Amino acid sequence: MTSTETPIEAALPRMALQGIGKSFGAVTVLQDVDLDLYAGHVLALAGENGAGKSTLMKVLSGVHQADAGAIRLHGREVRFTTPRQAMDAGIAIIHQELNLVPTLSAGENIFLGREPLTPWGSVDWRRLFREATALLEELEQPIDPRAPVSELSIGQQQMVEIARALSLDAEIIVMDEPTDALTDVETAVLERVVATLRAAGKSLVLITHRLAEIFRMCDDVAVLRDGRLVHQGPTAESNEDRLIQQMVGRELADRYPYEPPEAGDVVLEVEHLVAPGVEDVSFTARAGEVLGFGGLMGAGRTEMCRALCGDVARRAGRVRVKGREVRFTSPRQGLEAGLVYVPEDRKQSGLVLEHSVADNMSLTALPAFCGPLGVIRHGREASAIAHYIEAFRIKLSDAGQPVKTLSGGNQQKVSLAKALMPEPEIVILDEPTRGVDVGAKREIYLLINRLKREGKCVLLISSEMPELIGLSDRILVLANGHISGEFTRDEATQEKIMTAAAHVATPMET
Amino acid sequence: MTAITMNRSAVRLLIDNKAFLALVLLVVVSAAMSDNFLTGDNLLNVLRQTSINAIIAMGVTFVILTAGIDLSVGAVLALSGAFAASMTASGLAPWISVPGSIAAGAAMGMVSGLFVAFGRIQAFVVTLVAMTVVRGATLVYTDGRPISIGGGDVADAFWQLGGGYWMGIPIPIYLMFFVFVLCWAVLHHTRFGRHVYAVGGNEQVARLSGINVNRIKVSVYAIAGACAALAGVVLTARLGSAQPNAGMTYELDAIAAVVIGGTSLMGGRGRIFGTLVGALVIGVLNNALNILGVSSYFQMIAKGAVILLAVLIDSRSQSSS
Repeated sequence: MTSTETPIEAALPRMALQGIGKSFGAVTVLQDVDLDLYAGHVLALAGENGAGKSTLMKVLSGVHQADAGAIRLHGREVRFTTPRQAMDAGIAIIHQELNLVPTLSAGENIFLGREPLTPWGSVDWRRLFREATALLEELEQPIDPRAPVSELSIGQQQMVEIARALSLDAEIIVMDEPTDALTDVETAVLERVVATLRAAGKSLVLITHRLAEIFRMCDDVAVLRDGRLVHQGPTAESNEDRLIQQMVGRELADRYPYEPPEAGDVVLEVEHLVAPGVEDVSFTARAGEVLGFGGLMGAGRTEMCRALCGDVARRAGRVRVKGREVRFTSPRQGLEAGLVYVPEDRKQSGLVLEHSVADNMSLTALPAFCGPLGVIRHGREASAIAHYIEAFRIKLSDAGQPVKTLSGGNQQKVSLAKALMPEPEIVILDEPTRGVDVGAKREIYLLINRLKREGKCVLLISSEMPELIGLSDRILVLANGHISGEFTRDEATQEKIMTAAAHVATPMET
Repeated sequence: MTAITMNRSAVRLLIDNKAFLALVLLVVVSAAMSDNFLTGDNLLNVLRQTSINAIIAMGVTFVILTAGIDLSVGAVLALSGAFAASMTASGLAPWISVPGSIAAGAAMGMVSGLFVAFGRIQAFVVTLVAMTVVRGATLVYTDGRPISIGGGDVADAFWQLGGGYWMGIPIPIYLMFFVFVLCWAVLHHTRFGRHVYAVGGNEQVARLSGINVNRIKVSVYAIAGACAALAGVVLTARLGSAQPNAGMTYELDAIAAVVIGGTSLMGGRGRIFGTLVGALVIGVLNNALNILGVSSYFQMIAKGAVILLAVLIDSRSQSSS
């Protein structure tokens, strides 16, 4: 892992982020982050979900603008207001969700918007495909530049993105979880390409959850936690255990007001559940219990929820609710059986943002407020809404105001009120505190405890480990659609959960 | 005190509803330019001329609220009208022929809705096909010739629906307001109405909230078909016969009325009152231009300009809020 650079060049960072800060509304996402990128170096950016890694890279690539701090490129301060400016300065970012036009060919995608032209102004196809072939050969990729991107594998599509970055003469290439969707073979190919780019003097930034990859592929590692940089140093001086501690190391204190359960009957039994993204999941859950689900993004937790509530059909397995076997084909049937799912992305699946708080809140429970012919009894509806606004302490000026005008925490409370208004017995909460400030988080924790006291069965999905450990009576860890660990509250530690979540996901060790 | 509240709510109405403001403006300008405009006879005339488009447009509002579109309403109007005419000619009383035609229109809409909901085909495509097929079916059914409603008591009774008066006001105007009140009640006071808004606002949210999204979608197209059929009955009754080419391009006027009324083509936002006002804007504009003797060729250009202006104002005020 020796650099080809001369010592003097290597000592000066190609790019330096200094004191970067970024907030969205009242939520601070990044605070005083310093980061140095060197030529011919691969830097790993590690941290829990929501630690601010992606936001930091978006600041670096001009998608977001920093509220504080400076970005220096070759020692000169730069300020990107659009991704285009960052691109022109030699910074390429390869997002988790690839940015390719699936119906166009690989070559067209590589030169999209910068097609070489003939003297007559038409596209010079021969030159385009010749140059595309050259770029793909440089990456040792036997990809036909004329093949539509939709016919390529995810790994190959990623190579097309990298070829595009090379065609831009990018000096700095950021890859956001590049191996997440790759097979073992494709990951090995990517590793070789990363080594090639590194040898060619590029600066690379790799965001990854897979700890083994950090030590295999990267020279340095930077760790973000809660929007702050807690560590930057050579990988050779670190190890997995230390890294995990740096990523999660937070004191539990009394941030999580735990109450011991008075567990009742088993109300939910899941046996060998198979669904898209879920390979084989079995568990039981009791009334009055909070069952936590840990795991990395893409481990299959949300997919499991969607299969349980009836949003997607399961392929195999049995589910029993209160002893009765069920096979939901729509969320409506799940609701009728007393099972409700509060989705993680409240903006996409939880709330109709343009509609009023009141309309959103009563949507799920509407049948309960209706008389004959489905006529709404407005009085009953209004009093239920008022009750929940009061009980959940939702801050608003008027129940008729659009829900999008509320803060993230209050939106989430509306989403919870909407789900809980029909008085379900089984509540699945998917990342209930994502994008929510600390104060509202605590209120949501108290709410979860109240549900437990009321004898409801709560399935809590959370990527925030302290929260998961702090609130759950029992914790299951998912990895690659399987349950990779089960811990009682007393056994559970962040290290154990992280190990269970990350180790199975490492391709070399499966 | 009440005067102030009344005043405030009137101002509120104007601010909330740009289409209403446009209508008031249009009426004032028309009255200023022609003495013949602001007469009782002419205003009733405007309302009667508007009634057919308004009835269609109110049905289409349901579809557009779910982020769909219905291009087939003009054709559905023609075929349902033809059914009504031949039923009347064969001696069936209006209390059979009218519900019969409306049911036929609802069924036609329902078929479109089934393809939109379960076939997962874009509404534009489905209803474009429906428009062509239903128009073709109308030509087949009528053999390309008008169908007369015939004579006698039954035909006279049927004719009342389009040409009759009650207390000095044309029957189609009553029908228009009846449909308006019904649609308003359904949209704002029933679970179904709330679900229509939710499906248009965010289908995924609606689904996860336990709403049977497909059922809502099928229903709104059936409602649009039923409204188009009622409009077909009124038109057929007024003319005394069903024309095979009746209702050509009516779908565009209906969509224009909905859009002028402030309903978003993206779904989830809009009001039935806006649609009524939108239809009146088009009706008043047509009438005023006629009175002023503007050629019908220019009328089309003027109508296009008004639609564009209305939508422009609406989109500006939406993005600024």
